[in-house]
This record gives sequence, C-alpha cells and structure tokens, in this order.
Amino acid sequence: MLNFLQNLDRRWIFLLMLFAVAIPLISGITFPEKPSKEVMTVFHAVDDLPDGSNVVLALDYDPASAGELQPMASAFTRHCAIKKHNILFMTLWPQGVPMIQNSVDILENEYPETYKGKYGVKYVNLGFRTGNEGVIKLVVEDLKKSYSTDIKSNSLDNIPLTKNLKNIQQVDLLANVSAGYPGSKEWVLYGSAPFDIPTVVGCTGVQAPTMLPYIPKQLIGMIAAIKGAAEYEQAIINAYPELEKNPKAKQGLIRMGPQLVAHLLLISLIFLGNVIYFWERKQGLYR
Amino acid sequence: MKRTIPLFISAVTGFVLIGTAFIPKFVDWGNDAMAWFNILAAFAFILGGGNLLKMQLQKISSQQPGWGYAAVTLIAFFITLVAGLFKIGVYPNVNAAQLSWSGDFLQEGSFFWWLYEYIYNPLSATMFALLAFYISSAAFRAFRAKNSEATVLLVIAVIVLLGRTYAGEWLTGGLSDENILGFQEVKYSDFSLPHLSQIIMDVFTTPGMRAITIGIALGVASTSLKVLLGVDRSYLGSDQEA
Repeated sequence: MLNFLQNLDRRWIFLLMLFAVAIPLISGITFPEKPSKEVMTVFHAVDDLPDGSNVVLALDYDPASAGELQPMASAFTRHCAIKKHNILFMTLWPQGVPMIQNSVDILENEYPETYKGKYGVKYVNLGFRTGNEGVIKLVVEDLKKSYSTDIKSNSLDNIPLTKNLKNIQQVDLLANVSAGYPGSKEWVLYGSAPFDIPTVVGCTGVQAPTMLPYIPKQLIGMIAAIKGAAEYEQAIINAYPELEKNPKAKQGLIRMGPQLVAHLLLISLIFLGNVIYFWERKQGLYR
Repeated sequence: MKRTIPLFISAVTGFVLIGTAFIPKFVDWGNDAMAWFNILAAFAFILGGGNLLKMQLQKISSQQPGWGYAAVTLIAFFITLVAGLFKIGVYPNVNAAQLSWSGDFLQEGSFFWWLYEYIYNPLSATMFALLAFYISSAAFRAFRAKNSEATVLLVIAVIVLLGRTYAGEWLTGGLSDENILGFQEVKYSDFSLPHLSQIIMDVFTTPGMRAITIGIALGVASTSLKVLLGVDRSYLGSDQEA
C-alpha cells in the first residue's frame, strides 16, 4: 500500500480535489457560520451609518478572483442597498468594469424600489481610470480632476450625486474589494490613512496578512477570503431575515462547503504524505 | 542630455509631491502632477502593447520553441484590439446618438463584451482555479515535517485550515467557557480551533507583518530619495551616464 502511495500519480490527487470541490458545490450544502468580531466591525461600519449615506464602493478585482471576492462585493452592495445608501462605484482595474456591472444588476433587479431608474441619483458608475495610486491621490483631493465623466460619458457636474462632491473625503464610508495591486493597501496608504476616510476592505486570503497591521487605526475592519464573505452574509441575514429567502445572498455560505471538504482533503494529503515520508526514513531512504 | 532631462523631471515632480504633504499651497501643483501621471499611465498601455508585439514577433521570426503560442497571442491581441477600438456591435450613447462611436466599448451584446464574457472570463477563472489542484499535489508531495521549523509550520497550517472552516467549530465548538482548573484567565474554549486560528493571526501574523511593513517603508523611502536625487538611475535602464 505504501509502495503504491509512494508512486501515486498526481492525477488521482487532482481527481480527488475535483470531487472535493464539485460535490458540495453541486449539492449546495451550507454550514452554519458565526460572524466573528472582525466581520461584525465591518458590518457595523455599514449598518450604523444613517440611511441614505454616501458610500464609495471600489471594486478592484478581475474574473480570476471573482470566485473569492464576488460574494463579498455582492454582500457590500446588498447591505448598502438595504440601508438605501447612495453608492459611487469605481475601479482601478480595467477588468473591474464588468465586476461593477454585477453589483449594478443587484441594485436594479433586487432593490428596484430604491435604485431602478435612479442612476445618478442613488448610484453612479465612475468606471475605470488608469494610474493606480495616482487615481487614488486625485479622487481623495479632487475627484473631477481624475473623473470628469462617468462610464456613460455624462459630466460629473450634471449628475446629482456628484455635482457637489469635491472629493471622496466627503463620503461617509469607503468600501474596497480588492485582489491585489492596486487595491486595499493603496487605498489605505493614499486614501484613508492621510485623510481619515472611514474605510473597510474585503480582500483575498493571500492579501489578508498584509492588511492586518492597518486594523483598527487606518482601517476600520476587513473581510478576509470566502470565510469572511460567508460570515458577513450571515451577519446581514441575521440582521435582515428577509434575505434568508434570496439564494443569491448566500454565495459565500454556499462556497464554504467546497472550502471545508477541500481543506479536509488537504489535511489528509499532508498527513498521508508525512506517513510516507517517515516510513521512507525508517527504510533508510533519507539520512 | 538624454538622461539629464528625465532625471530633472523626476526630481522636480517628486519634490513637488513631497511638498504637497507639508505645504497646503502646493496641493494643486501636486494634483496637476498626478493628473499628468495618469496621462503617462495611459500611454504605458501603448508601450505595453508595443513590447508585447516586439517580443512575440521575435519568437515567431526566430522560430523559437513554442512560437505557435506567440502567434495565438498575437491573433488574440489584434482581435481584442480591433473589437475594442472600433467598438464593434456597440450602439451609440443615448446622450450623443449622432456620434456612431459614442457608446461604451463594454456594452452588453457588443463583440468586446462577448470576448470578455465568454473567453477572457472563463479562461481567467480557470487559470486561478487550477491552483487548487496544484496546491493539493504539493501538499501531498512537499509539505513534510523534516525539521522542527517545518513541523511548527505544518501544525499551524493544520490549525488555520481547520479553524477557517466549519470543521473547527464542529470539532472543538463544544469546549466550555469554564476556567481551566488553577488558571483564572484561561478557559477551555480558548483552545477551540477557530480561536487558536484567530490567535495565530492576531498575535503572530500581525506583529510580524507590522515589522515587515515598517522595514519595507524605510526601504521604499530611502530608494525613493536616491531616485529623486539622481543617485539611483536604474529606472532609466542603466547606471551608465549617456
């Protein structure tokens, strides 16, 4: 048996991982999540704002990370929509424009009474601008120097939501969902930290350790990886039980099923690999 | 001269931007400099495209191994470029209906949108998803308790892997909130996997990252100063004066 495992073809491992991810995903199994203190901090940052506050939702990711980040972007959008906040969407990633469209679709289709046909009044899509940190530095000091028009080529001076907005220091909250550079770190360094803009972020698991040092001073809170997204979704469902009926509002919770089985498989593989290693060492294959 | 002018521009812009942080009067200058930077960043796309063309054409002309992939890259590049630049299948913007090219290039139903939605999106997601397979293979073949450091890493990895899923709650969620006999501050539930996972992040990872971040910041500050003063000229392509 050990001899067989010693020369195990990696394709068997790939097949196991395929089943580990596919079966829970297809079955749609979910597990209970208890929102952590960190996630509740983010929840309260959005929830404690008076209804109709101005929020910037900066979505800096692409389809590669959408699997991990789309649930948290959608959760931020739904939470802001429930609170009837005014939302300014923007992205520093060229591939981020369709990601914004996903959130716009949520507003228009799930909250039509507040947002349908209210483009420019309740939400606006500023789209993509190139320049990375340069764009952040400009929008925090002079929004219209970087964005003279929105994605539909309307002048920001003609849009009710932006005509009196000099810069995003005037917004009540900045929420960023990011997969890397430019993203959360740059928003903190050039936006929230120098100008005390209340900021929350959602990021990938890989990015999370780099963002931890900024909490709680420069950053109010952080949602990390799909686990954080699932906890945030649960926190919103706990506060607004009507979301329980919306399966689209549980994408993070659904994705925790594959995560659980995949993690168990990884631990089993590590254990098995080590059993083989110690057996080989006993056989004198290693010194 | 070829190097003096870029050095001069870098130094002036850099010092103006530093000045904006301390002198409110310079804020508008700083904003102008950043606006110029955004224009330069847009031009970088053209340079990037040119570089991609040069590299791929070199591969094809010298028939390097895998030159066929370079050809596929070039074909895909040109199809995407034409679809985006000429806004194929895009309807004019309602605000400027008389201008045929006024619509958004990513408009739903356009050729560029189709390329993005049905080619780039699935390909990009697939590339990232493949990581799960490689990680599982690496976990089996490489993650060994070869020495004490590797063993500590392995134990921490297992705690975090379990603590970040329902498995951690299921395995150790039953630990009570009672104090452990003889210890006033320590409870049984402190040893639950989600709590241990959080401790690893808060007590070990955060201070470690803070130290690394401060170190990086000092390095960036000193390198930036060297660039602004013209001591470090590597960003111009070479240390040699032209």
